[in-house]
Amino acid sequence: MKLITAVIQPDKLDEVREALLAADITRITVSRCTGHGRAQGGVATEELYRGQSVAPNLLPKVRLDIACNDAFVEITVQAILKAARHNGGEIGDGKIFITPLEDCIRIRTGERGSDAI
Amino acid sequence: MFVFRRLPGLAALMVGLSAAVACAQAEVVEPTVVHNDSGITSWMLTSTALVLLMVPGLALFYGGLVRTKNVLGTMMHSFSAMAIIGVLWVICGYSMAFGPSVAGGWFGWSSDYFLLQGIDASELEAGIPEYVFAMFQGKFAIITPALIAGAFAERVRFRGYCVFIALWSIIVYNPLAHWVWASDGFLFNMGAAGAIDFAGGTVVHISSGVSALVCALYLGRRRGYPGTAMQPNNLVLTLLGAGFLWVGWFGFNAGSSVSSNLATAQALTATQAAAAAGGLAWMLIEALHHKKATSLGLASGILAGLVVITPAAGVVTPGGAIVLGFVASIASYLAIQIKNVLGYDDSLDVFGVHGVAGITGALALTFFIRDAWWADAQASSAGWGVMDQLGVQAASVGVTVAYAAVCTIVLVVLVEKLVGFRLSEREEKAGMDHVLHGEHGYGLLNLN
Repeated sequence: MKLITAVIQPDKLDEVREALLAADITRITVSRCTGHGRAQGGVATEELYRGQSVAPNLLPKVRLDIACNDAFVEITVQAILKAARHNGGEIGDGKIFITPLEDCIRIRTGERGSDAI
Repeated sequence: MFVFRRLPGLAALMVGLSAAVACAQAEVVEPTVVHNDSGITSWMLTSTALVLLMVPGLALFYGGLVRTKNVLGTMMHSFSAMAIIGVLWVICGYSMAFGPSVAGGWFGWSSDYFLLQGIDASELEAGIPEYVFAMFQGKFAIITPALIAGAFAERVRFRGYCVFIALWSIIVYNPLAHWVWASDGFLFNMGAAGAIDFAGGTVVHISSGVSALVCALYLGRRRGYPGTAMQPNNLVLTLLGAGFLWVGWFGFNAGSSVSSNLATAQALTATQAAAAAGGLAWMLIEALHHKKATSLGLASGILAGLVVITPAAGVVTPGGAIVLGFVASIASYLAIQIKNVLGYDDSLDVFGVHGVAGITGALALTFFIRDAWWADAQASSAGWGVMDQLGVQAASVGVTVAYAAVCTIVLVVLVEKLVGFRLSEREEKAGMDHVLHGEHGYGLLNLN
């Protein structure tokens, strides 16, 4: 089992969500977060404030957490990669982290492991 | 709107002109001096401000109902109307609406009113400076196209929207206002005492409601509608907006008496009674239908009550106003149920509330008119009765519906082909705030 954490641009949330649904990945957790990578000061990050372009230092991002069995890792990653890029790939499009997942428990039934995902 | 007459010779009587010129012109043109009535003027100034308050009220009302990614884009629709129509009204809107009829009565025009240059020292017979009347009317012109925006919320380009409301205001609103409110407009003079549209049931609500339906049908549904939940981002804003609208509506209706007397009080009372009755009715309907009264339902009922009383506020009794409020909420509620069955995406129910309650009010008011009005009508046309007036009301509704629908379909196709109206699929997914305005609505969750 793996835990896939993706940090993406907020405007790509719907596209990523729909791509995941299309790939039959339906169990996801979405949260707001802020942060930056190399994007700081880059063109892609500009916002307008009363007509002046500014580069904010912490940017709003969206974080997706998806727990999945090993067979679904690559499907999930490809769906996110395809949907989260701006114009085929720009600075600030985000990152995907994959970590080993020790256990998973469904609260309703108490099931554990792969079956609970 | 009450009859008013402009006094063209008044400028000549102003202090600062030479006495000789004043005497010569006063004898020839206008022997009576109109005195300013500071009581009426101050109420009309207040009303003008109150009606403007409805526009940010509408921005909050609509803004709260859309998804988070579209909150600013939606509020911009209302706010940009203040900027766009605010300029157009001064340039040509007032002239087209309230100038003498030209083009066979299609609209009005007077070069005196172009840029309002000829009314700098003009006082109306009602006792207010003409500037006050022109600005009061300008607020109605601003809010009307802004109402339409709810029908195509979350899916239009800002540039296309700006062009659309500018053209709609010139081609649809100004002629309609001329027909209904100008003293030489043909609906103003229809039947024994004219088609009754006190504060804009046809001009404002039916025209915007019908145009909204046309736009929603032509531009199509939002992506994912109706299968995907599209929850309001903040109903707190919506309720705040509904409150602003209710308060502002006292200027809208009671101000439309262009006086500060008994007629004003009658309009204010009818407005209050109908709004409350509309809100109460919607709460009861939802309590019966869903076992829960919702805040959005209450706000919608208040709005339906305010819309239905808009054409009627000057002529109906308080009891009639309560009945109209109830009928409006029932009609609007049914209209929204029917919309859900038909599946078209009038996103914020502009037709369901403004169109349906507006038509309901314009027709049903006939049954609740106070006796004094009938006495006046029968004095000018003996035997004038309910069915006669209902015919006049139906004619004014029919004319408005047909004119607004035909002009809007032409305009919306034109704007879509020439400027681009509907957002692309990618842009719609990303949201209007990011794509069109380069901003986001809520910064509170950021850590810095």
